[in-house]
Amino acid sequence: MDLLSKFYFNYRKFIKTLQIYLLLAGPGLIVMIADNDAGGITTYAATGAKFGYSLIWFLVLLGPVAYFVQEMTVRLGAVTKHGHAEAIFSGFGPFWGWFSLLDLTIVNWLTIVTEFIGMTAAMSIFGIPPAVTVVIVILVMFGIVLSGRYWTWEKITMAFCLVNLIYIPAAVLVHPSISDVLRTGLIPTFPGGLHSDLFFFMMANIGTTIAPWMIFFQQSAVVDKNMKEKDIPWGKFDTVVGALFTIIVAVFVIIVTGTLLYGMDIESAAQAIHVIMGTHQYVGTLVAIGLFDAGFLGAICIALTSSWAFGEVFGWAHSLNYKVKEAFWFYVFFFAGLVTAGGVVLIPGAPLVLITLFVQVVAVTLLPAALVFLIILLNNEDIMGKYKNTLFDNIANISIVVCIIVLSSLYGISTLFPNLFG
Amino acid sequence: MTTLEAIFGERIGSALRGPAGKIAQINRKYAKPTIRLSQGAKLALLFLELYLFFLVILLAYKFYTVVSGGA
Repeated sequence: MDLLSKFYFNYRKFIKTLQIYLLLAGPGLIVMIADNDAGGITTYAATGAKFGYSLIWFLVLLGPVAYFVQEMTVRLGAVTKHGHAEAIFSGFGPFWGWFSLLDLTIVNWLTIVTEFIGMTAAMSIFGIPPAVTVVIVILVMFGIVLSGRYWTWEKITMAFCLVNLIYIPAAVLVHPSISDVLRTGLIPTFPGGLHSDLFFFMMANIGTTIAPWMIFFQQSAVVDKNMKEKDIPWGKFDTVVGALFTIIVAVFVIIVTGTLLYGMDIESAAQAIHVIMGTHQYVGTLVAIGLFDAGFLGAICIALTSSWAFGEVFGWAHSLNYKVKEAFWFYVFFFAGLVTAGGVVLIPGAPLVLITLFVQVVAVTLLPAALVFLIILLNNEDIMGKYKNTLFDNIANISIVVCIIVLSSLYGISTLFPNLFG
Repeated sequence: MTTLEAIFGERIGSALRGPAGKIAQINRKYAKPTIRLSQGAKLALLFLELYLFFLVILLAYKFYTVVSGGA
């Protein structure tokens, strides 16, 4: 009887904790899963096809990296109640402020174009014309944000996050050898040695794990959700869960393409789907749905990031808790970003490949700045008080930031000059 | 009521009328950075400026090679 009551007590405690988490979950989970956007899925698919399971260990390592960076935005947002764009203006003045805001807007818009490329390619597998996909997607996205409540937007978006897990059944259906996955994937090796191809793929995976929009998005979302300092531990936990999810999805994408397409050079997720559809129709269908969902999540979050950032700086009402009439320019900016980016995909002969490559280059101009500002702000006692970075935080974060800056810069430069590194 | 407001309505018209004024207002509002920068932070910002300058040169060079029909 005593054991039973103890079990019941723990069960109630677990349910209560879960309820609190579900109430506070959101920004960390969404930002991490949306990070597996169309570009991210393409990178993982190409990595799996090129190197099989060999780089799974590397993706697992990127989980903590993403967590350490994003966790800082939770603290900064909850303590200052300002988004990252406003924090940069306020902390570093107009030069760095305008640089960050305009660079963010350009890189976000280009990234949204790539999300639409992914979504239209995925839907074309099912015979849906790109124009129909673009129109329906924009209408659905606008419908979601028009709810006038941050909470509603967040929970609907979290449902889309769950769809991202579709790569798990896809991986099960391709019957991978579990022992091969564990043996080849989890023991760190550099297939074929440290050559330029491998290095390029590793840099691409880092580039897709930490993107500038993620920093701005999570901080603004924490503010819009009205998270307080006391909610920081939950925000951190939410980010851990998100990081776990994002790595799980990435690993399962690699398992799918590493099993079915090993040894192939894949340039886009759509190309991978076409090849898979030839032999495994169900798997191809699941991967196509996953790619569409990835593009959808990426586009809705990235478009919001730009709207939040402009709203903060220009002093417009900038919350999903406002109706259209109350935050007119916030919603106009959101809608305009989606419509123009979606429109570009529909222009015959638009330089979509160039845009996809250009995203990496422009992102490299913003990411180091955003990360450096983050570290400086998190070390300012006047702003952060007892939530400022500890020595351990600084050792971990500065090491990560230096590595990301060096590797993402090399990636951007190798995108500009493909023959530079042999 | 100004012409812009007459054409586009009060809300859009007034927003279109003063973007330059708004930008100037933002510049004034944030003219003085609110945080005191340590030597390390100043060094990091200097590094950022040099880094961006380097990237701009790289982009300009790439643009030149593309325009001139090079690599």
